Amino acid sequence: MPQPESTGLQDRTADDQYAGSVRAGLDALDTPVNSAQGSLLRRIVGKVLPPIAAIVLLVLVWQLLWAAAFWPEFKLPAPVDVSSQIWQLVTTGKIIELFWVSVHRAVIGFAISLLIAVPLGLAIANITVVRRGIGPLVSGLQSLPSVAWVPAAILWFGLNDRAIYWVVLLGAVPSIANGLVSGLDQVPPILPRVGKALGAGRLGGIRYILLPAALPGFLGGLKQGWAFSWRSLMAAELIATSPDLGEGLGQYLHNGMSLSDISMVFAGVLLIFVVGVGIELLVFRPLENSVLRARGLTRAT
Amino acid sequence: MTATVEAGETTITSGTEVRPVRFHQVGKAFGHGQKAVVALDQVDLDVYAGEFVCLLGASGCGKTTLLNLVAGLDQPTSGRIELSSSRPAVVFQEPALMPWLTAAGNVELPLRMAGVPKAARRAKAAELLELVRLAGLGDKRPHELSGGMRQRVALARALASTTDNTGSGAGKPSLLLMDEPFSALDAITRDVLQGELLRIWRATGTAILFVTHDVREAVRLGQRVVLLSSRPGRVVRQWDVDDLSGAGETDAVDEINAELRKVISSHAAA
Repeated sequence: MPQPESTGLQDRTADDQYAGSVRAGLDALDTPVNSAQGSLLRRIVGKVLPPIAAIVLLVLVWQLLWAAAFWPEFKLPAPVDVSSQIWQLVTTGKIIELFWVSVHRAVIGFAISLLIAVPLGLAIANITVVRRGIGPLVSGLQSLPSVAWVPAAILWFGLNDRAIYWVVLLGAVPSIANGLVSGLDQVPPILPRVGKALGAGRLGGIRYILLPAALPGFLGGLKQGWAFSWRSLMAAELIATSPDLGEGLGQYLHNGMSLSDISMVFAGVLLIFVVGVGIELLVFRPLENSVLRARGLTRAT
Repeated sequence: MTATVEAGETTITSGTEVRPVRFHQVGKAFGHGQKAVVALDQVDLDVYAGEFVCLLGASGCGKTTLLNLVAGLDQPTSGRIELSSSRPAVVFQEPALMPWLTAAGNVELPLRMAGVPKAARRAKAAELLELVRLAGLGDKRPHELSGGMRQRVALARALASTTDNTGSGAGKPSLLLMDEPFSALDAITRDVLQGELLRIWRATGTAILFVTHDVREAVRLGQRVVLLSSRPGRVVRQWDVDDLSGAGETDAVDEINAELRKVISSHAAA
């Protein structure tokens, strides 16, 4: 072996020790230092304060506009009227029924979409014929507003839950499938090659390498899929109203319109918004953050 | 001081010895017809058990192609490769660690795919991380490690892939394939890792086929240096550089450098 000129045993151990300490020093220097973070309280305040300030500002402007009476009362309600409308829903317990009807539909619709979209996305990403055949179709469906399916769904299924689920599926499936496909497409080609060199078979490669590698893109698709299924559901509920269907947030909004009660309409919009944002913040944001942080892809949030 | 062996007559040792890899007139072309690019042409090369062979050549000489053929990531268009080692361990130029797994998780990955039970996996991963002197850092994520540390994890992971629970690799000589593993590292890290690699080579007794374009690195590490020509890649010359030191080493580097330059400048005329 090529060695420095001195090859005596003692010199060599000394050399090795020296090389070892150089290596240890390099390791110590190279290890990234975690930036010190402020106290927990401070971080929470820093995160929560800006959105609260924005909301307060918004309500303030609203109140001013209402007080200035630019528009008649039946067009722009007072913030107080809207909040009392919501408070009434809370005290009568009706809000629970509204939330339950809509949210459980959205969750079931989303779950079914997931079951359909994952195999579909895998097939599009991995099989060339499928990609060429139905890839563009699925992408196209994503830009077709799923509310356009409401009339057809009502004619096919009648005014019932099946019609509503149909609309939700057509909204969410393309988004989730597309998210999975783009997630898989963005996997660096070196990773499957490494997997193969490490002895991964076709299935092992998908399970241990491709799917985990595609997770961030897939999560983005899930998030978008949830947004689409929630939107589609509201559109469907708004149009397909019937006593048989139970009263969800969409129907509540529809009733507000029928009663020409603008504060009820505003309350409906607000509640729909709160649920959409709430699920995103409580479910998808933490999920995404933990995945990204584990991979060192986290951005400042 | 420098023993030269012409291509074709690789009779360094007697033929009875175990050879993890034997190339028989291996050729590899990409594409078909007139546009085909010949990457490798009639390559004959043997690697002996426990031997450290450095493959040297300018870019486009098919070094990486050759390694991929041995690793089974690609198939030769002509000739054949006789592999009598356990599954070759491969280290690429980039560490290519799985970012969602910890360092230990990465080392365990090939074992997991081979169906090794959890406890055995843990023990093996800890042992290999110890070998590359990363004991105690198994919980770190790849992005928390430096480039040199990542490449050491990649080395440990590659070594883990040679062992599978079926036992089919038992008793067979092991083989480590390395594709310019240190070229993306800074000079001092590269120097340290070269030393580490030699130590691991001595400790494990594995045969190593090491691809590089750095003559100094090839002479420092290898027992034998094989020079490949470019487009198509052929074995031009081989040097026995085992146990060189001081002036001998410098001479060898100069000689091989000169030959490499000759190979490269022959392309300017074409």
